Amino acid sequence: MNLSRRDALAALAATGVVAGGSVALADDGTDGNVDPADGVPENVIGDDTVAILAAVGSVVYPDATTGIDPFVETYVSGRLSDDPDHRRGVVDAAAELDATARDWFDAPVTELDRSTCDRLLRELGVDAVDPDPEGSLSGRVRFYIVNELLYAFYSSPTGGRLVGIENPVGYPGGTESYRRASMGEETEHGRE
Amino acid sequence: MAGSDRTPAPPADVCIVGAGPAGAIVAARLAEAGHDVVVLDAGPRYEPENRERQLDAHLRPGMEGPWGTGGERDAYTSSGERHYPLNAARVKGIGGSTLHWQAMVMRLHERDFEMDSRHGVGADWPVDYADLRPYYAAAERELGVAGADDNPFAPPREKPFPLPAFPPSHSDSIFAEACEALGLPTHSVPNARNSEPTDDASACVGYGTCKPVCPSGAKYTAERHVARAETAGARVVDRAPVQRLVHDETAVDAAVYATPDGEQHRQEARAVVLACGGVENVRLLLLSASDAYPDGLANSSGLVGRYFMDHCFAGVGGRIDRPTRQNHVGFNTTECHALYDGTDPLAGVKLEFLNYAGPSPAIDALHADEWGDDLLDSLRDSYGTHLAVGGLVEQFPDADNRITLDRSTTDDHGNPVPDVEWSVGPETRRAIERANEVQRAILEELDADIDWIVGPDETGPAYHHMGTTRMGTDPGSSVVAPDCRAHDLDNLWIAGSSVFPTGGGMNPTLTIAALSCRLADRLDRWL
Repeated sequence: MNLSRRDALAALAATGVVAGGSVALADDGTDGNVDPADGVPENVIGDDTVAILAAVGSVVYPDATTGIDPFVETYVSGRLSDDPDHRRGVVDAAAELDATARDWFDAPVTELDRSTCDRLLRELGVDAVDPDPEGSLSGRVRFYIVNELLYAFYSSPTGGRLVGIENPVGYPGGTESYRRASMGEETEHGRE
Repeated sequence: MAGSDRTPAPPADVCIVGAGPAGAIVAARLAEAGHDVVVLDAGPRYEPENRERQLDAHLRPGMEGPWGTGGERDAYTSSGERHYPLNAARVKGIGGSTLHWQAMVMRLHERDFEMDSRHGVGADWPVDYADLRPYYAAAERELGVAGADDNPFAPPREKPFPLPAFPPSHSDSIFAEACEALGLPTHSVPNARNSEPTDDASACVGYGTCKPVCPSGAKYTAERHVARAETAGARVVDRAPVQRLVHDETAVDAAVYATPDGEQHRQEARAVVLACGGVENVRLLLLSASDAYPDGLANSSGLVGRYFMDHCFAGVGGRIDRPTRQNHVGFNTTECHALYDGTDPLAGVKLEFLNYAGPSPAIDALHADEWGDDLLDSLRDSYGTHLAVGGLVEQFPDADNRITLDRSTTDDHGNPVPDVEWSVGPETRRAIERANEVQRAILEELDADIDWIVGPDETGPAYHHMGTTRMGTDPGSSVVAPDCRAHDLDNLWIAGSSVFPTGGGMNPTLTIAALSCRLADRLDRWL
């Protein structure tokens, strides 16, 4: 399946972020409060972080998924724009994961092939660890990166449809779908 | 009072302890009638604009739950035959347990008020259905109930529901075939959630997380009545746990409450309404023991804390060979009350056809130990064909099921914590078995592969705390009079399900709301 910005905006709706709202990337300017830890505005997410999350997305999303980069960019930027603490957690976990990749595989996460990135995550124990925003690197990678990506995907029609549910738990998809016998087809103009 | 000033108000007409549905409805009605009202609640005020983050806290493993229940503030013990998970069963905060409730709101049936007279079990209420009927109608308006007059087993009603019922689900239509074949009529479910937009809130938008958090605000919470009370001039103080009620032999003078700064204050009032649930109402009365009432305030009967009741869950679930479309919404749209009014079983049984049977892919994905195609394959395998029939089963009052103080354990203010002694009696066990028979028959009619059965050994509570300050006419065998005023004191009133002499098998909050409307009328006249 090909992910789109529209899919990302739908995923954002599940988190309460208004679609088309304050999506800010690093090159969008420096308005707003600056995080003293890295000098980056609190409502901005850096390109490096987005690229690391997209690389992990290519591992944790189904193999046939395309369009991960813009999906992650739009989702993550919107999701983190009004939550400085969560943003800090994502940025830190991504940076530490990247440092681990450089240490173990002599390459940044973004240059690992898919199977090596998968191996990195598994050797860190990210598949088995309990998500923990305050815990070890493994727990934080699971919480801030892997589960962030899975939440975006499966709590929205994007991933839900792959499983058979167009209005998954956490997504405000209205009160008609529960009455229908099947999903119907999704088109650019909505459900048919 | 949205600010942080928690000092007492001048002596009020009424001090209400607890800002859940019982206390908030009484507060709104009395404040709107022109009375000077102060409400004290142990928990915090949760701002509605943070509900999406609370949704995260519910769905995402690794985060604290959405309502902060637990810890030293909420310490308790459970010493009965069955463990009682009290902190899963309540929320402390402005709105009380409606913050996390399912919002199913049925009237009790006529027989529920007359179980002793009709069947020689339990107790009769000192009021009957006809007495409560106008208050049920008022309660349905207060809660904005969405329902339809299509239940052949429901007690008589005169007016339509305020909002139209939610239409049946796809899985309801599957169940309807089986139930028709078995002679079990099905019908809609009254829900305290908006099926249409109102002035108070939007229509339901299908987040699917009603219990424990509704980010859209379509589900009723008592915050609506708190807002009404405050608009009418009531003072509502959060994070102000009442420590004891100061009294003489005939009346309560003041509620002593603690504040986060470590101070204690006295709120004086002409009348006090206890509305902090079937467990904390008891604890506060027992903590207020004095020379005049050595066994606890309002406890000359010795019954404060006794006859603790809940509803027991019974259920059967499985899978069929076609899509069942579960977990789109977090509430039910079809029930069956056919087993409720008869004698086989004698305890009331209400069947519920779940719209949330089986796993949710969104939640499973976050707990999985795999990802990529393996995860997708697992989610596809686990989702899509589950069905389940649940049900609530009545518990008859048993004096040995009770709330007491555990003096060996203290809370964050040094007060003894509540101890819950809870067991499931033989009549309830038989009724659960009967419910299971019918539930199994329904799934077998659908050729389902049955995966699980919750029977009498596996059952657990539905988190409805009832019976611990029972209502009656005899001060020797009840705690409050039919008007919900304590027999022992002139100005102490008790709101909520702790006054229920029996609990039926229906979710209790509509009856709580009806009794609160009635209590407010009585107290308005008394003031």
